[in-house]
Amino acid sequence: MITVKFSASLRDLTGGDEQIQVDAPTVRRLIKLLDERYPGISERLSESTSVAINGEILPDALYEDIPDDAEVHFLATLAGG
Amino acid sequence: MSRTHINCTINGDETDFLSESGGSLLNALRDDVGLMGVKEGCGTGDCGACSVLMDDRITCACLIFAPEVEGRTIVTIEGLANADELHPLQQCFLEGAALQCGICTPGFLLAAKALLDKNPDPTETEVRYALAGNLCRCTGYDKIIRAVLDAAEGIRASATSGDAA
Amino acid sequence: MTMIDENPTGAPSYKWVGSRSIRPDGLDKVTGKARFGADLTLPGMLEGAVARSPHAHARIVSIDTSAAEAMPGVHAVITAADLPDLAEAGAKTDDVFMSEKILARGKVLWEGHPVAAVAATSREIARAAVAAIEVVYEPLPHVLTVDEALADGAPLLHAEMITRGVDPAPKTPSNAASRVVHERGDLDQGFADADVVLEREYTTKPVHQGYIEPHACVADAGQDSRANLFVSSQGHFSLRAMTATTLGWPPSALTVTAAEIGGGFGGKTTIYLEPLAVRLSSKAGRPVRLVMGRDEVFKATGPTSGSRMKIKMGVTNDGKMTAAQVWMAFEAGAFPGSPVGAASMTAIACYDIPNFLVEGFDVVCNKPKVAAYRAPGAPIIAYGVESIVDELARSINMDPIDLRLANAAVEGTQSSYGPVFPRIGFVETLEAIRDSDHYRSPVPEGMGRGVASGFWFNIGGNSTATVHVNEDGNVNVIEGSPDIGGSRASMALFAAEEFGISVDRISVKIADTQTIGFNDVTGGSRVTLATGKVVIDCCRAIKEDLCRRAAKTWDCEIGDVEWVEGQAQHASGTETPLSLAELAETAPRTGGPISVTKSDNVRGAGAAFTTQLVDLEVDEETGVCRVARYTTAQDAGKAIHPSYVEGQMQGGVAQGIGWAFNEEYIHNADGTLDNASFLDYRIPVASDLPMIETIVVEVPNPGHPYGVRGVGEAGIVPPMAAIGNAIEHGTGVRLNDLPMSPVRLLDAINQRNDG
Repeated sequence: MITVKFSASLRDLTGGDEQIQVDAPTVRRLIKLLDERYPGISERLSESTSVAINGEILPDALYEDIPDDAEVHFLATLAGG
Repeated sequence: MSRTHINCTINGDETDFLSESGGSLLNALRDDVGLMGVKEGCGTGDCGACSVLMDDRITCACLIFAPEVEGRTIVTIEGLANADELHPLQQCFLEGAALQCGICTPGFLLAAKALLDKNPDPTETEVRYALAGNLCRCTGYDKIIRAVLDAAEGIRASATSGDAA
Repeated sequence: MTMIDENPTGAPSYKWVGSRSIRPDGLDKVTGKARFGADLTLPGMLEGAVARSPHAHARIVSIDTSAAEAMPGVHAVITAADLPDLAEAGAKTDDVFMSEKILARGKVLWEGHPVAAVAATSREIARAAVAAIEVVYEPLPHVLTVDEALADGAPLLHAEMITRGVDPAPKTPSNAASRVVHERGDLDQGFADADVVLEREYTTKPVHQGYIEPHACVADAGQDSRANLFVSSQGHFSLRAMTATTLGWPPSALTVTAAEIGGGFGGKTTIYLEPLAVRLSSKAGRPVRLVMGRDEVFKATGPTSGSRMKIKMGVTNDGKMTAAQVWMAFEAGAFPGSPVGAASMTAIACYDIPNFLVEGFDVVCNKPKVAAYRAPGAPIIAYGVESIVDELARSINMDPIDLRLANAAVEGTQSSYGPVFPRIGFVETLEAIRDSDHYRSPVPEGMGRGVASGFWFNIGGNSTATVHVNEDGNVNVIEGSPDIGGSRASMALFAAEEFGISVDRISVKIADTQTIGFNDVTGGSRVTLATGKVVIDCCRAIKEDLCRRAAKTWDCEIGDVEWVEGQAQHASGTETPLSLAELAETAPRTGGPISVTKSDNVRGAGAAFTTQLVDLEVDEETGVCRVARYTTAQDAGKAIHPSYVEGQMQGGVAQGIGWAFNEEYIHNADGTLDNASFLDYRIPVASDLPMIETIVVEVPNPGHPYGVRGVGEAGIVPPMAAIGNAIEHGTGVRLNDLPMSPVRLLDAINQRNDG
């Protein structure tokens, strides 16, 4: 099981859920699962999303593997000066 | 458009060129003489990127009409090194990491040369005021000031050893 | 005095990494040979100029270019009609906005918005032609600040813009483009648990990156819808993509060469002139150079956001932060895209606070569209947060460093923006300042002392590098990341360290978009980390190859060969070691040329923290402050080239000092900019500043082979708050609006004296 934590900016789509536990081996599968539970969330998540898996921020993470027991966050894509 | 024939000495060579009469020395050096080391940062004399030595005085080339240099002596960054040997200021800027992007570097080097030619042993404060007409946005000036002080020390030391010899 | 802790954690010591070598591009830059954006001249080249809106907000009724086109020497005039209408083509909203930023379509949205461009045989003719373009405007009411833009009944910049991130979605359009929010815990309980709760409002003005080189490019388009572009840019690949989108071309039709870049600081991560230059060139059939004047740089590029912020924070008497509520609205300029998202993520990221609500709004107004500026957004919100943290420390009579230490984010802390922090060095920067000679020295008589901290994420991203070994055994490193602060020097040091050869034997070049694979923009403090990583990957692959070649030469197993200090050695010691030069000489017999290319979307970025300390002398007669002493401690992870690490730290601080005291966009009632020159927009000069003391903290980033974090950005985050805190310490006066200019400070001092 992995733990997905939702930022406050996503909670309008999660009906207020702050975190859930699901089984998903990759980010792509995770987003598919989330979209079944929270219709429309995949569109928001694929727009400009980085994914933090166990604290490591990964841009362009759609095909990334997720280790079991990982904690996953979705973040805005970071840039800089 | 009328053009003026100008004769002057640039980096030790007698040079002549045609310049638009309303044109600046900055544009003349870049466009007509091809000395691209002279940089334009503002065009209004506020940044010092176009600094050149005119009769040994530090001058913003953007504030001088090209015809004003008739008969004068100009030194640009391209004339600072002595053939195959860098000027001590250039060497100290390299060794002291006194440049980042480098766009302001030609102006700083010439402004520092103008200072050291007159005052070979400046204090930190004197260096800071002498270079206050040159803007650098990368370095916070720290390493530039140190490089100028180092160069001054080196020039003094070699002058002394030269005297001894 | 600069201190480098050479080996704080028992990490390996290096011969070249961490040394102060001469930068590869240095000689060209001290002799005037380096070619910047405006320094290329091509045969038959035309000079361009841009016609810009004199109004802050107006409808374009008509544009008549006929008089300009008829002028002798004019070869091309373009308007929005010469670029594809991306809205009509159904392009993404962001691309439509980008295209409208390049050339106005229907409306102008700020003073300086381009409406047309000209190419002619000289700059003078091009400028005269620009003046001859007749544009009829119908002026519209404008909004300049977030307050004006968010007011009821405010004129709208974009008639159909609905605020994103609000639930339920608003039914009516507004100037608020989006809302972001970060929330945790129970805010009411958090404030109830506090002994002291403070609430403050802060404002900041737009400030410009202030690079000394104005934007410049040379385009040379063929008759085949392909073009070469020579340009000063922080990222020639992303510039190519944006330019191509605006032109409706495939990116591969453009070959972009990165000029030497005369400063960027984030401001050269986007496009302004490039599509205009290419289109003018394709229309004229000749090369075109476009160079901005300084007034154009101020009016039409950069800056970063002005803002309004409301911050409420609570702390217990024994120094535990219990709650934070942060509200901020950032000016985006004419199109959405302020750095409010990053600001909301960085706002309280230094601290472990159990209860918080951080809310940010991205607001459009009739000013130039903001561009990235060094740790975009973070310095703005840090001005507020680090000021109120200082006031909280004072209110509970606690040392400001101790309060920060008591609440500091550490490894394992769940960051305010979500993920748990891996190994970070915030505490180490606080301790470095606390233990510094500067902090341990008494505050000089008549001075004020201030402390503040800052955070920046740092990023990785896409990079490509190629490494060749020449037939003489010297090494060429080819990369695609424009060098804005000395990164070529770092690449050379990585290669020297990996091969075990002198750094003098390494050359580093930045290749054009046709010559090397893709690279993300130079920004986010990513190049030493990410491009460094692929350079190291290339070197390691080549070392393996060299060992294989040595094994072939010695007719032995590859397992018997190892690479030691610049040469292949046989484990038995029976063979004479083969140097890089010897292996290079025999390469044709051992498998051909020695060359490797590596690409990666590099992960493993490590966050940067910094703590800074300032002593200020305030002249209470004039309100002028003198920075008497400044010390900055920053976690670099590993300083590859310490001089350029210090240079990044010092440069960031100097920009922050300018932001604190002087820098601001001053718009008048007409919505036009009153200070579009370096005379009136005053950046720090050498006589304004002291030496800036640096303490390079090195808490290695576990995600990088040498522990690199990235140092380009964090340095600009704390100075404004540190200086505000020092002003209060010295005078008892607290300023909550930037800049803390002499006029404002004098007013406050007079009020204090009257009160």
